[in-house]
Amino acid sequence: MSDFEPKIVAFVCNWCTYAGADLTGTNRMKYSPRVTIIRFPCTGRIDFMLLLKAFANGADGIIVSGCHPNDYHYSSGNFHARRRWIVFRGLLDFLGIDVRRVQFSWVSAAEGAKWAQLVDATAEQIRQLGPFSGYHKLRGAGVE
Amino acid sequence: MARIGVFICHCGENISATVDVAKVAAAAAKIPGVVHSVDYKYMCSDPGQQMVSSAIKEKNLTGVVVAACSPRMHEPTFRRACAEAGLNPFLCEMANIREHCSWVHEKGEATTNKAIDIVRTLVAKVKKNKALLPIKVPVTKTALVLGGGIAGIQASLDIANSGHKVILVEKEPSIGGHMSQLSETFPTLDCSQCILTPRMVEVAQNPNITLYSYAELESLEGFIGNFKARIRKKARSLDEKLCTGCGLCCQKCPTKKIASDFDAGLGMRPAIYVPFPQAVPNKPVIDREHCTYYLKGKCRLCEKVCPTQAIRFDQADEIVEVEVGAVVMATGFDIKHGDFFPEYGYGNYRDVIDGLQFERMASASGPTLGEMRRPSDGKVPEIVVFIACAGSRDPAKGIEYCSKICCMYTAKHAMLYRHKVHHGKPYVFYMDIRAGGKMYEEFVRRAIEEDGVQYIRGRVSRIYERGGKLIVKGADTLLGARPMEIEADMVVLATAGVANPGAEALAQKVHISYDSHHFYSEAHPKLRPVETNTAGIFLAGACQAPKDIPESVAQASGAAAKVAALFSQDELIREPLIAVVDRQAPPLYSTCVGCFLCQTSCPYQAIEKEEIRGRDGQLIKTVAKVNPGLCQGCGTCVALCRSKSIDIQGFSHEQVYAEVLALLNRGESDV
Repeated sequence: MSDFEPKIVAFVCNWCTYAGADLTGTNRMKYSPRVTIIRFPCTGRIDFMLLLKAFANGADGIIVSGCHPNDYHYSSGNFHARRRWIVFRGLLDFLGIDVRRVQFSWVSAAEGAKWAQLVDATAEQIRQLGPFSGYHKLRGAGVE
Repeated sequence: MARIGVFICHCGENISATVDVAKVAAAAAKIPGVVHSVDYKYMCSDPGQQMVSSAIKEKNLTGVVVAACSPRMHEPTFRRACAEAGLNPFLCEMANIREHCSWVHEKGEATTNKAIDIVRTLVAKVKKNKALLPIKVPVTKTALVLGGGIAGIQASLDIANSGHKVILVEKEPSIGGHMSQLSETFPTLDCSQCILTPRMVEVAQNPNITLYSYAELESLEGFIGNFKARIRKKARSLDEKLCTGCGLCCQKCPTKKIASDFDAGLGMRPAIYVPFPQAVPNKPVIDREHCTYYLKGKCRLCEKVCPTQAIRFDQADEIVEVEVGAVVMATGFDIKHGDFFPEYGYGNYRDVIDGLQFERMASASGPTLGEMRRPSDGKVPEIVVFIACAGSRDPAKGIEYCSKICCMYTAKHAMLYRHKVHHGKPYVFYMDIRAGGKMYEEFVRRAIEEDGVQYIRGRVSRIYERGGKLIVKGADTLLGARPMEIEADMVVLATAGVANPGAEALAQKVHISYDSHHFYSEAHPKLRPVETNTAGIFLAGACQAPKDIPESVAQASGAAAKVAALFSQDELIREPLIAVVDRQAPPLYSTCVGCFLCQTSCPYQAIEKEEIRGRDGQLIKTVAKVNPGLCQGCGTCVALCRSKSIDIQGFSHEQVYAEVLALLNRGESDV
């Protein structure tokens, strides 16, 4: 399992975490190349079906990150995302997906170092969990 | 068929040092739909942009992906280049292979592969991009300013002086607000009326300002640039055009013993009155609750003495409808009154007064003509205790915040008292002295050092009366919590600044958010301090949080600058990255089922109800509709929509699903 390199998709908001990840780059902090970012206007925009879609298509882990609560570009979207995540956790469990494969976090535009730590910690976590092999089952379940 | 061009930037060596750019270009060329793939040293340079625009023309590209730095850096550059070459700018995407790849990973295959992944993801997205046109919203170049205190006056004058029309609405009979009640102002001790009244006159005389005093907002509908406001002009009971403001009616009115709000209850006024002599407009109103004619059906003395026959007893409230493009909320604040401090006997002992009452007492135009005379017996108080933080910073009283102005005005009060009663002894009980501001700390030092105000750090536990004196029991915490007992002649409480009683209802009327204390919320606590979350509505002064005069004026000017910027264009042009609701041909019309979950989740009140009617006018269904003037494009509604009927341009379902699949290296065939 040691040579397993996970594939992790990060769903981040444009205003805080995307900018935070830009700052990580500007500061030349190094982190695992196993994570690739997809940009959203806001974590509130993230339809959690996308997470299942990503799992069904071979993602081993997922990061969702946006602005800190109360520190927010669109005033309340991240609260919606947080509530949705709380509900979604139960569904993940029901689908047989280890909740630890999804990392939900807040990274502000000033937290470049936190982004690097988040990515590395998630990559390490997923490495320990091993590849996600349940996706064939997930596809059969209608998630595609 | 998509014809995508991919342009890979070396960024000098910033990208090419760790990413094999030639390999990325070669890999991109193999992605279905990509017809052009090149790499270049500096894509953002003029020759680089030229490469993009000539490729658009020569290869007839339908989409562009620039793999370079963050979109936050150069997206506008390349979108402009595309637009100049005739390609819709929203068909250009940035693949961030610098901040998110070359700078954060070591040189190697994994890094190059990630760059390829990123490019593939953005190619998949751009294939689903749609040409979008900027949204244009017309602007009505008239501003509505609610509240005629110093903030509202300043905002109105600034907007009017920049050449735009202003409608100023004030609920009291005169503009001036709390500032007109103040005696002198810190830290300069210049007289409040002297600096304020010229501004009030300026408002009355400015041809761009329409003043509705003794009026309130009834309703506000619409959105940025296009609001419709209904204003209730309360009946003054006189014809304002005929009234000359001579004041004869006020002199002759037989009902004279009504507590004056303007004098904070310390003075009296008649039933027909102007709040203070310098009032703008200088036209009286009849207080129908106290007027003998309205109570008993006879008197009409004012009507008899009026030289211009201006009195109108049968006048009714009038509703005025106006169209405005922006709103400035400048509705101010109030202070805590009443039974909030039973332990201090406030409201029980007449000589325990609040800050505003002290202001009226110290004011040359006040009920005592500026002499220090305590309310109970009119004697000159020899010992006065000032209590700062009366209610503020007191979670037990439900007010956790600092009211900000009290430290300064308490120092001022103690100073004014000493200037008027030379042998008098002022004490100030305080928790901390918060004198942040230009010349503020110096002012407090002056009170302590030059005017001999004795500051005692500690709280007052109780005040009670004994033999005509007010016994103030407290502790001096700098002397080991030594108990203190002062026999005072008068006590002044610096009561907490709070939101106006009607603040919450008004916020709901105009659809802006407010905090748990009913102060209005700014759009961003640091970077958008004068805007609200509702586009086109701005904040000025103490309706946002307790503020002193300089801060209120500064914020009012800030709000006015925002309004002037908004009015500097005939049409608002906005990025079209907003939500849209699905619409289809009959018989379906829309997949929207009308649950309006989107409406409850929208932070901007951008979702409206749209009724779809047949040719015969019969209602077919009610669906959601996004107001493009209000939508800010957060997409919260998109994720919540049960029937997937609402989508956001630029981050549509199609686009993000395509991105996820491409990123995981699943072709379109897998969709």
